[in-house]
Amino acid sequence: MKFIEIKHCYKLYRDGVAAISDLSLFIDKGEFVFITGETACGKSTLVKMLYREEKPTKGTVIVGGINVAKVPNSKVYKLRRKLGIVFQDFKLLPKLTVYENVAFGLSNAGVANSIIRQKVRLALERVGLKGKEKSFPKNLSGGEQQRVCIARAIVNEPKLLICDEPTGNLDPKTSKEIVKVINKINKEMKTTVVMVTHDKEIVNSMRKRVVTLSNGVIVDDTQKGSYVADEID
Amino acid sequence: MKLIRIFFRNVANAFKSIVRNFSLSSASLICTTITLLVVAIAIIVAGNINNFTRNLSNSLTMIVFVDSGATAEEIAQVKQGIESIKDVKADEIIYKDKKTLKEETLENAEKGSTIYTIVSTWDDNDNPLEPEFIVSVKTANKMEKTADTITSLNKVKSVKYSEKVLEKMIPLVEIVEKVSICIIVGLIIVIVFLIGNTIKLTIYSRSEEIEIMRLVGTSNNVIRLPFVIEGTILGILGSLVPIAMTIWGYTICYDKLGGIFFAPAIKMVEPMPFTIYASLILVAIGAIVGMLGSYTAVRRYLKV
Repeated sequence: MKFIEIKHCYKLYRDGVAAISDLSLFIDKGEFVFITGETACGKSTLVKMLYREEKPTKGTVIVGGINVAKVPNSKVYKLRRKLGIVFQDFKLLPKLTVYENVAFGLSNAGVANSIIRQKVRLALERVGLKGKEKSFPKNLSGGEQQRVCIARAIVNEPKLLICDEPTGNLDPKTSKEIVKVINKINKEMKTTVVMVTHDKEIVNSMRKRVVTLSNGVIVDDTQKGSYVADEID
Repeated sequence: MKLIRIFFRNVANAFKSIVRNFSLSSASLICTTITLLVVAIAIIVAGNINNFTRNLSNSLTMIVFVDSGATAEEIAQVKQGIESIKDVKADEIIYKDKKTLKEETLENAEKGSTIYTIVSTWDDNDNPLEPEFIVSVKTANKMEKTADTITSLNKVKSVKYSEKVLEKMIPLVEIVEKVSICIIVGLIIVIVFLIGNTIKLTIYSRSEEIEIMRLVGTSNNVIRLPFVIEGTILGILGSLVPIAMTIWGYTICYDKLGGIFFAPAIKMVEPMPFTIYASLILVAIGAIVGMLGSYTAVRRYLKV
């Protein structure tokens, strides 16, 4: 059984636009997968279905044995505690310190302070932000803010790390550093990584599995692939 | 243990958040304070109108004159008959026999006066005074009906009551009382909207925080908790100035006016414990509206 099983999935929006059409995708545990494609090809919709921000109109989405589409709204939080999500716009709380941002989910889950301290320290060490605990996001660079976001995503040691265009707001040098951090997490923590990107350079430099989408369907799926979205009409 | 930890963390976070979002918290606070001040005035007015009506109602009495030749048994039957009337305060019926009435008359008359001289000459047999019952009634607008019922009783000679004016006035006061209650209820509804909308505005500005909470796996109840606590705190804080104004302002007014509002018949409610009750109502309105306002406002941002 695969860690992620997306079978014959469709996602139709209210205006009739099909974001995903009969899409099937299987991802192994510990795999690092790039999801690429032109703008509005369904990449973000696909990953949103993984963390149940979107429900498929038809088909099944199974993550770690859980049929995500069948999780009731009131229980979605339980699924999300098992996942880590990294966003293009960081989604950090500006009035909280780095420590408080990373600890946010654990704190709301009622985890004991001693455990939170331990986990946050470890997560910040992993992303290379040791010593920045008391800083506020506004005092950090874009790359550092994204590291905080990654630290928050991995603090609970999730089995799956979903990254939705994590380098979209960063310069090429910082983008490479961020991808390095994500790759390190994938290797050291054996975390499955699904990363949406249209950063050609990064995809080509990593030589990982590349799934390319166009108009809501998979048009290319290559192990140790490269960025081919440009070549697809 | 986990739930207790979550609760206390959120109480602490709510206080922190009030400070961190100072401008928005201040807006909610000012809005709550102003609206609760209006409610405080309405409560004081309604309380005093209610007091005035109650005082009038309590003073409604009638005198039932019994035939002077009635035996003790017949007088007991009259009393029973009066007690059985629904609108009569049965435990407040006072009976005065001929002898008591004579003594009262002598007490009230000046010694050496004609009345005193005449009354003092009466013995038990030639005392012309008629024994009487003083009867308190519950509702003013039923006085006439009650009087008719009593008159129809055997050995009752006549029934007198002088509150004809009050009889007409009380329904009017009752209408004023009902109107003031309607105004308070209306005001509370307006406040719910006003405070609720201010809180909604506050929460709208923090919708990203709610989104992040959802994305990092926070349950809907835990997402609501800090906002609900914050709303309750703001509601309670917003009621402090109106409470101070109620206790301090009303006590000063009461002292300055000597406890009488324009006419001696309109006595003001004593400040204690009235202002304490009014304060409790204010703090309860503040807390409940703050709490419910936040609860419903957050709901909008949760996929429930």
